[in-house]
Amino acid sequence: MAEEKKQEFWRWTESNWANPDVDWKRARFITVGIDVGSVSSQAVIMADGEIYAYGNMRTGSDSPNSARNALSFALEKTDMKEGRIDYCIGTGYGRVNVPFANRSITEIACHARGANFIYGPEVRTVLDVGGQDIKAIQCDEKGKVTNFLMNDKCAAGTGRGMEVFADLLGVPVTEVGDRSFQVDKEPDAVSSTCVVYAKSEATGLLRKGWSINDVLAAYCRAMAERIYSLLERIGVTPAFAMTGGMAKNKGVVNRLVPMVGLEAAKTMWDTQIAGAAGAALFGHALCLRGKGK
Amino acid sequence: MLANYGYEDGSGVFFITIDTGRCDGCGACVGACPAQVFIVVDEDPHDPLREEPVAVVAADKVKKLKYECSPCKPAAKAASLPCVEACKAGAISHSW
Repeated sequence: MAEEKKQEFWRWTESNWANPDVDWKRARFITVGIDVGSVSSQAVIMADGEIYAYGNMRTGSDSPNSARNALSFALEKTDMKEGRIDYCIGTGYGRVNVPFANRSITEIACHARGANFIYGPEVRTVLDVGGQDIKAIQCDEKGKVTNFLMNDKCAAGTGRGMEVFADLLGVPVTEVGDRSFQVDKEPDAVSSTCVVYAKSEATGLLRKGWSINDVLAAYCRAMAERIYSLLERIGVTPAFAMTGGMAKNKGVVNRLVPMVGLEAAKTMWDTQIAGAAGAALFGHALCLRGKGK
Repeated sequence: MLANYGYEDGSGVFFITIDTGRCDGCGACVGACPAQVFIVVDEDPHDPLREEPVAVVAADKVKKLKYECSPCKPAAKAASLPCVEACKAGAISHSW
Protein backbone atom coordinates (compact mmCIF):
# COMPACT_ATOMS: atom_id res chain seq x y z
CA MET A 1 0.00 0.00 0.00
CA ALA A 2 1.28 3.41 -0.88
CA GLU A 3 2.12 5.40 2.17
CA GLU A 4 -0.15 8.33 2.58
CA LYS A 5 1.31 11.48 3.98
CA LYS A 6 -1.42 13.26 5.80
CA GLN A 7 -1.17 16.98 6.26
CA GLU A 8 -2.31 18.17 9.64
CA PHE A 9 -4.38 21.21 8.89
CA TRP A 10 -5.38 21.76 12.50
CA ARG A 11 -1.78 22.24 13.59
CA TRP A 12 -1.14 25.71 14.95
CA THR A 13 2.24 27.20 15.72
CA GLU A 14 3.89 26.41 19.01
CA SER A 15 6.15 29.11 20.34
CA ASN A 16 8.50 30.00 23.14
CA TRP A 17 10.09 33.27 24.00
CA ALA A 18 12.35 34.83 26.61
CA ASN A 19 12.97 38.48 27.36
CA PRO A 20 16.75 39.05 27.35
CA ASP A 21 16.28 42.40 29.12
CA VAL A 22 14.94 40.80 32.29
CA ASP A 23 17.69 40.01 34.76
CA TRP A 24 16.16 37.09 36.58
CA LYS A 25 19.25 36.58 38.74
CA ARG A 26 18.43 39.77 40.62
CA ALA A 27 14.75 38.96 41.01
CA ARG A 28 13.42 38.36 44.47
CA PHE A 29 10.75 35.90 43.43
CA ILE A 30 10.62 33.67 40.38
CA THR A 31 7.07 32.42 39.93
CA VAL A 32 5.67 30.12 37.31
CA GLY A 33 2.14 29.69 36.04
CA ILE A 34 1.26 26.57 34.13
CA ASP A 35 -2.01 26.43 32.23
CA VAL A 36 -2.80 22.91 31.08
CA GLY A 37 -5.76 23.27 28.78
CA SER A 38 -7.61 20.64 26.83
CA VAL A 39 -5.88 21.61 23.59
CA SER A 40 -2.85 23.70 24.53
CA SER A 41 -0.51 24.07 27.51
CA GLN A 42 1.40 27.17 28.47
CA ALA A 43 4.07 27.94 31.01
CA VAL A 44 4.89 31.51 31.95
CA ILE A 45 7.93 32.35 34.04
CA MET A 46 7.80 35.65 35.86
CA ALA A 47 10.59 37.50 37.60
CA ASP A 48 9.07 39.78 40.24
CA GLY A 49 5.78 39.99 38.37
CA GLU A 50 7.23 40.67 34.92
CA ILE A 51 7.11 38.09 32.14
CA TYR A 52 10.58 36.64 31.69
CA ALA A 53 9.83 33.68 29.45
CA TYR A 54 6.96 31.61 28.18
CA GLY A 55 6.27 28.46 26.23
CA ASN A 56 3.06 27.59 24.41
CA MET A 57 2.51 24.09 23.05
CA ARG A 58 -0.09 21.40 22.40
CA THR A 59 -1.37 19.29 25.27
CA GLY A 60 -1.85 16.10 23.33
CA SER A 61 -2.93 12.94 25.05
CA ASP A 62 -0.32 13.10 27.76
CA SER A 63 -1.72 15.58 30.27
CA PRO A 64 0.67 15.03 33.23
CA ASN A 65 3.73 15.35 31.06
CA SER A 66 2.45 18.33 29.14
CA ALA A 67 2.93 20.52 32.21
CA ARG A 68 6.55 19.39 32.40
CA ASN A 69 7.00 19.79 28.64
CA ALA A 70 5.57 23.30 28.60
CA LEU A 71 7.90 24.34 31.42
CA SER A 72 10.95 22.81 29.72
CA PHE A 73 9.89 24.53 26.48
CA ALA A 74 9.74 27.90 28.27
CA LEU A 75 13.10 27.28 30.00
CA GLU A 76 14.70 26.32 26.66
CA LYS A 77 15.35 29.94 25.70
CA THR A 78 16.78 30.83 29.09
CA ASP A 79 19.78 29.93 31.23
CA MET A 80 17.58 29.43 34.27
CA LYS A 81 17.32 26.10 36.05
CA GLU A 82 14.07 24.71 37.31
CA GLY A 83 15.36 24.70 40.90
CA ARG A 84 15.40 28.50 40.94
CA ILE A 85 11.58 28.65 40.81
CA ASP A 86 10.10 29.92 44.07
CA TYR A 87 6.44 29.18 43.49
CA CYS A 88 4.49 27.35 40.84
CA ILE A 89 0.75 27.46 40.25
CA GLY A 90 -1.22 25.15 38.01
CA THR A 91 -4.39 26.25 36.26
CA GLY A 92 -6.72 25.19 33.49
CA TYR A 93 -8.60 22.03 32.71
CA GLY A 94 -5.66 19.82 33.72
CA ARG A 95 -4.52 21.87 36.73
CA VAL A 96 -4.61 18.82 39.01
CA ASN A 97 -2.14 17.22 36.62
CA VAL A 98 0.70 19.59 37.38
CA PRO A 99 2.64 17.38 39.81
CA PHE A 100 5.26 19.97 40.77
CA ALA A 101 2.82 22.85 41.36
CA ASN A 102 2.60 24.33 44.87
CA ARG A 103 -1.13 24.82 44.40
CA SER A 104 -3.81 25.20 41.77
CA ILE A 105 -6.18 28.06 40.97
CA THR A 106 -9.13 27.98 38.58
CA GLU A 107 -8.62 29.30 35.08
CA ILE A 108 -11.41 31.85 35.61
CA ALA A 109 -9.45 33.70 38.28
CA CYS A 110 -6.24 33.32 36.26
CA HIS A 111 -7.64 34.54 32.95
CA ALA A 112 -9.11 37.66 34.55
CA ARG A 113 -5.80 38.39 36.29
CA GLY A 114 -3.82 37.59 33.15
CA ALA A 115 -6.01 39.73 30.88
CA ASN A 116 -5.59 42.58 33.35
CA PHE A 117 -1.84 42.19 32.89
CA ILE A 118 -1.50 41.61 29.15
CA TYR A 119 -4.25 44.05 28.06
CA GLY A 120 -4.00 46.60 30.88
CA PRO A 121 -6.07 47.48 33.94
CA GLU A 122 -8.91 49.12 31.94
CA VAL A 123 -10.18 45.68 30.88
CA ARG A 124 -13.59 44.91 32.44
CA THR A 125 -14.91 42.12 30.23
CA VAL A 126 -12.76 39.10 29.42
CA LEU A 127 -13.87 36.48 26.97
CA ASP A 128 -11.81 33.33 27.07
CA VAL A 129 -12.47 31.03 24.16
CA GLY A 130 -10.32 28.04 24.81
CA GLY A 131 -9.97 24.60 23.37
CA GLN A 132 -13.08 23.14 24.91
CA ASP A 133 -15.19 25.78 26.58
CA ILE A 134 -16.05 29.45 26.65
CA LYS A 135 -15.93 31.67 29.69
CA ALA A 136 -17.22 35.19 29.93
CA ILE A 137 -15.75 37.11 32.87
CA GLN A 138 -16.19 40.57 34.29
CA CYS A 139 -13.44 41.90 36.48
CA ASP A 140 -12.39 45.04 38.31
CA GLU A 141 -9.32 47.20 37.81
CA LYS A 142 -7.17 44.76 39.75
CA GLY A 143 -8.21 41.78 37.64
CA LYS A 144 -10.42 40.38 40.40
CA VAL A 145 -13.44 38.50 39.07
CA THR A 146 -16.76 40.21 39.80
CA ASN A 147 -19.04 38.11 37.63
CA PHE A 148 -18.36 35.07 35.52
CA LEU A 149 -20.25 32.67 33.40
CA MET A 150 -19.27 29.25 32.20
CA ASN A 151 -21.14 26.75 30.11
CA ASP A 152 -21.24 23.00 30.49
CA LYS A 153 -18.87 20.88 28.52
CA CYS A 154 -19.41 21.26 24.84
CA ALA A 155 -16.84 21.96 22.17
CA ALA A 156 -19.33 23.90 20.07
CA GLY A 157 -17.86 27.21 19.07
CA THR A 158 -14.45 26.56 20.59
CA GLY A 159 -10.89 26.05 19.46
CA ARG A 160 -11.26 22.30 19.12
CA GLY A 161 -14.28 22.78 16.87
CA MET A 162 -12.23 25.08 14.67
CA GLU A 163 -9.43 22.52 14.47
CA VAL A 164 -11.84 19.80 13.40
CA PHE A 165 -13.35 22.10 10.82
CA ALA A 166 -10.00 23.16 9.41
CA ASP A 167 -9.09 19.53 9.05
CA LEU A 168 -12.37 18.66 7.36
CA LEU A 169 -12.03 21.44 4.78
CA GLY A 170 -8.29 21.05 4.32
CA VAL A 171 -7.49 24.61 5.28
CA PRO A 172 -4.62 25.29 7.72
CA VAL A 173 -6.23 26.54 10.92
CA THR A 174 -4.10 29.69 10.92
CA GLU A 175 -5.54 30.68 7.51
CA VAL A 176 -9.18 30.12 8.39
CA GLY A 177 -9.69 33.74 9.48
CA ASP A 178 -8.36 35.32 6.29
CA ARG A 179 -10.01 32.84 3.96
CA SER A 180 -13.40 33.24 5.63
CA PHE A 181 -13.44 36.85 4.40
CA GLN A 182 -12.59 35.94 0.79
CA VAL A 183 -16.24 35.49 -0.09
CA ASP A 184 -18.47 37.37 -2.54
CA LYS A 185 -21.31 37.63 -0.08
CA GLU A 186 -21.41 36.85 3.62
CA PRO A 187 -23.39 33.59 3.93
CA ASP A 188 -25.87 32.76 6.69
CA ALA A 189 -24.42 31.03 9.72
CA VAL A 190 -24.56 27.25 9.80
CA SER A 191 -27.51 26.25 11.95
CA SER A 192 -25.46 24.53 14.63
CA THR A 193 -21.98 25.05 16.00
CA CYS A 194 -22.00 21.52 17.37
CA VAL A 195 -18.87 20.06 15.85
CA VAL A 196 -20.56 16.85 14.74
CA TYR A 197 -23.65 18.52 13.27
CA ALA A 198 -21.66 21.32 11.70
CA LYS A 199 -19.40 18.80 10.02
CA SER A 200 -22.30 17.03 8.36
CA GLU A 201 -23.90 20.36 7.48
CA ALA A 202 -20.62 21.50 5.92
CA THR A 203 -20.35 18.45 3.70
CA GLY A 204 -23.94 19.11 2.63
CA LEU A 205 -23.14 22.72 1.76
CA LEU A 206 -20.06 21.70 -0.21
CA ARG A 207 -22.19 19.27 -2.17
CA LYS A 208 -24.62 22.09 -2.90
CA GLY A 209 -21.74 23.93 -4.53
CA TRP A 210 -20.62 26.30 -1.78
CA SER A 211 -16.94 27.17 -1.90
CA ILE A 212 -14.69 26.22 1.00
CA ASN A 213 -14.38 29.90 1.89
CA ASP A 214 -18.17 30.25 2.03
CA VAL A 215 -18.44 27.31 4.41
CA LEU A 216 -15.66 28.72 6.59
CA ALA A 217 -17.45 32.06 6.70
CA ALA A 218 -20.72 30.37 7.68
CA TYR A 219 -19.01 28.44 10.46
CA CYS A 220 -17.07 31.45 11.78
CA ARG A 221 -20.33 33.40 11.87
CA ALA A 222 -22.10 30.62 13.77
CA MET A 223 -19.25 30.55 16.32
CA ALA A 224 -19.37 34.32 16.75
CA GLU A 225 -23.14 34.15 17.30
CA ARG A 226 -22.82 31.43 19.89
CA ILE A 227 -20.08 33.26 21.73
CA TYR A 228 -22.14 36.44 21.65
CA SER A 229 -25.17 34.71 23.19
CA LEU A 230 -23.05 33.96 26.26
CA LEU A 231 -21.54 37.44 26.36
CA GLU A 232 -24.97 39.03 26.05
CA ARG A 233 -26.07 37.45 29.29
CA ILE A 234 -23.20 38.77 31.35
CA GLY A 235 -23.18 42.16 29.59
CA VAL A 236 -20.20 43.80 27.98
CA THR A 237 -18.54 46.77 29.61
CA PRO A 238 -15.46 48.35 28.06
CA ALA A 239 -12.68 47.57 27.66
CA PHE A 240 -13.42 44.25 26.07
CA ALA A 241 -10.60 41.74 25.72
CA MET A 242 -10.36 38.24 24.33
CA THR A 243 -7.98 35.59 25.56
CA GLY A 244 -7.30 32.05 24.46
CA GLY A 245 -6.51 30.71 21.03
CA MET A 246 -9.69 31.88 19.33
CA ALA A 247 -8.64 35.50 19.88
CA LYS A 248 -6.14 34.86 17.05
CA ASN A 249 -8.86 33.84 14.61
CA LYS A 250 -9.85 36.99 12.74
CA GLY A 251 -12.77 35.20 11.12
CA VAL A 252 -14.51 34.88 14.47
CA VAL A 253 -13.20 38.03 16.19
CA ASN A 254 -14.07 40.40 13.31
CA ARG A 255 -17.58 38.97 13.15
CA LEU A 256 -18.04 39.15 16.91
CA VAL A 257 -16.87 42.76 17.28
CA PRO A 258 -19.81 44.36 15.39
CA MET A 259 -22.26 42.27 17.46
CA VAL A 260 -20.64 43.43 20.69
CA GLY A 261 -20.33 46.99 19.42
CA LEU A 262 -16.95 47.46 21.05
CA GLU A 263 -13.46 47.13 19.69
CA ALA A 264 -11.50 44.21 21.09
CA ALA A 265 -8.46 45.38 23.05
CA LYS A 266 -5.10 44.79 21.41
CA THR A 267 -1.97 43.36 22.94
CA MET A 268 1.59 42.59 21.95
CA TRP A 269 1.44 39.34 23.90
CA ASP A 270 0.33 35.93 22.77
CA THR A 271 -3.35 35.74 23.83
CA GLN A 272 -2.98 32.08 24.73
CA ILE A 273 -0.65 32.79 27.65
CA ALA A 274 -3.18 34.90 29.61
CA GLY A 275 -4.18 32.08 31.97
CA ALA A 276 -0.62 31.04 32.74
CA ALA A 277 0.42 34.68 33.17
CA GLY A 278 -2.42 35.17 35.65
CA ALA A 279 -1.33 32.08 37.56
CA ALA A 280 2.25 33.34 37.76
CA LEU A 281 0.95 36.70 39.03
CA PHE A 282 -1.07 34.96 41.74
CA GLY A 283 2.11 33.10 42.64
CA HIS A 284 3.91 36.41 42.96
CA ALA A 285 1.11 37.83 45.14
CA LEU A 286 1.25 34.76 47.38
CA CYS A 287 5.05 35.02 47.66
CA LEU A 288 4.72 38.65 48.70
CA ARG A 289 2.29 37.53 51.39
CA GLY A 290 4.96 35.20 52.67
CA LYS A 291 3.31 32.05 51.43
CA GLY A 292 6.12 31.03 49.12
CA LYS A 293 8.47 28.26 50.05
CA MET B 1 -18.73 37.98 42.77
CA LEU B 2 -21.57 36.48 40.76
CA ALA B 3 -20.66 32.95 39.80
CA ASN B 4 -22.90 31.78 36.96
CA TYR B 5 -22.82 28.05 36.30
CA GLY B 6 -24.58 27.32 33.05
CA TYR B 7 -25.98 24.41 31.18
CA GLU B 8 -27.77 23.90 27.94
CA ASP B 9 -30.59 21.48 27.33
CA GLY B 10 -33.26 21.09 24.68
CA SER B 11 -35.27 24.03 25.97
CA GLY B 12 -32.54 26.64 26.28
CA VAL B 13 -29.56 27.88 28.25
CA PHE B 14 -29.93 28.13 32.03
CA PHE B 15 -27.81 29.32 34.91
CA ILE B 16 -27.46 28.81 38.62
CA THR B 17 -25.98 31.91 40.17
CA ILE B 18 -24.16 32.12 43.49
CA ASP B 19 -23.56 35.61 44.79
CA THR B 20 -20.33 35.03 46.73
CA GLY B 21 -20.63 38.47 48.31
CA ARG B 22 -23.79 37.31 50.08
CA CYS B 23 -22.78 33.71 50.74
CA ASP B 24 -21.39 33.23 54.22
CA GLY B 25 -20.48 29.58 53.71
CA CYS B 26 -23.14 28.28 56.11
CA GLY B 27 -23.66 25.17 54.01
CA ALA B 28 -27.48 25.02 54.18
CA CYS B 29 -27.61 24.54 50.40
CA VAL B 30 -25.32 21.49 50.60
CA GLY B 31 -27.91 19.50 52.50
CA ALA B 32 -30.91 21.00 50.75
CA CYS B 33 -29.97 20.03 47.21
CA PRO B 34 -31.25 16.54 46.40
CA ALA B 35 -28.46 16.10 43.83
CA GLN B 36 -25.63 17.36 46.09
CA VAL B 37 -24.65 19.98 43.56
CA PHE B 38 -23.11 22.37 46.11
CA ILE B 39 -20.10 22.10 48.35
CA VAL B 40 -18.63 24.62 50.76
CA VAL B 41 -14.93 25.29 50.34
CA ASP B 42 -12.62 27.19 52.68
CA GLU B 43 -11.40 29.44 49.93
CA ASP B 44 -13.13 30.64 46.79
CA PRO B 45 -11.33 28.88 43.91
CA HIS B 46 -12.19 31.79 41.63
CA ASP B 47 -10.93 34.39 44.07
CA PRO B 48 -7.85 32.82 45.68
CA LEU B 49 -6.82 35.87 47.67
CA ARG B 50 -10.11 36.23 49.59
CA GLU B 51 -9.79 33.24 51.96
CA GLU B 52 -13.31 32.99 53.30
CA PRO B 53 -15.59 29.93 53.16
CA VAL B 54 -18.03 30.00 50.28
CA ALA B 55 -20.44 27.65 48.50
CA VAL B 56 -19.53 26.59 44.97
CA VAL B 57 -20.91 24.09 42.50
CA ALA B 58 -18.79 20.98 42.98
CA ALA B 59 -16.19 20.49 40.25
CA ASP B 60 -17.57 17.10 39.25
CA LYS B 61 -21.08 18.55 38.93
CA VAL B 62 -20.26 21.61 36.82
CA LYS B 63 -20.35 19.67 33.58
CA LYS B 64 -23.40 17.65 34.62
CA LEU B 65 -25.86 20.34 35.69
CA LYS B 66 -28.05 19.48 32.74
CA TYR B 67 -28.85 16.17 34.41
CA GLU B 68 -28.52 17.12 38.08
CA CYS B 69 -30.79 20.15 37.98
CA SER B 70 -33.42 18.84 35.60
CA PRO B 71 -35.58 17.13 38.31
CA CYS B 72 -36.09 20.53 39.98
CA LYS B 73 -36.70 22.44 36.79
CA PRO B 74 -40.42 21.75 36.25
CA ALA B 75 -41.01 22.84 39.84
CA ALA B 76 -39.84 26.35 39.08
CA LYS B 77 -43.32 27.80 38.74
CA ALA B 78 -45.04 25.62 41.36
CA ALA B 79 -42.86 26.14 44.40
CA SER B 80 -39.49 27.63 45.15
CA LEU B 81 -36.46 25.46 44.63
CA PRO B 82 -34.83 23.70 47.60
CA CYS B 83 -31.47 25.42 47.24
CA VAL B 84 -32.97 28.90 46.83
CA GLU B 85 -35.29 28.23 49.77
CA ALA B 86 -32.48 26.97 52.00
CA CYS B 87 -30.22 29.95 51.43
CA LYS B 88 -31.13 32.45 54.14
CA ALA B 89 -28.65 34.96 52.79
CA GLY B 90 -30.38 34.96 49.40
CA ALA B 91 -27.18 34.16 47.59
CA ILE B 92 -28.52 31.49 45.24
CA SER B 93 -30.69 32.23 42.24
CA HIS B 94 -31.75 30.39 39.10
CA SER B 95 -32.49 31.61 35.62
CA TRP B 96 -35.30 29.16 34.87
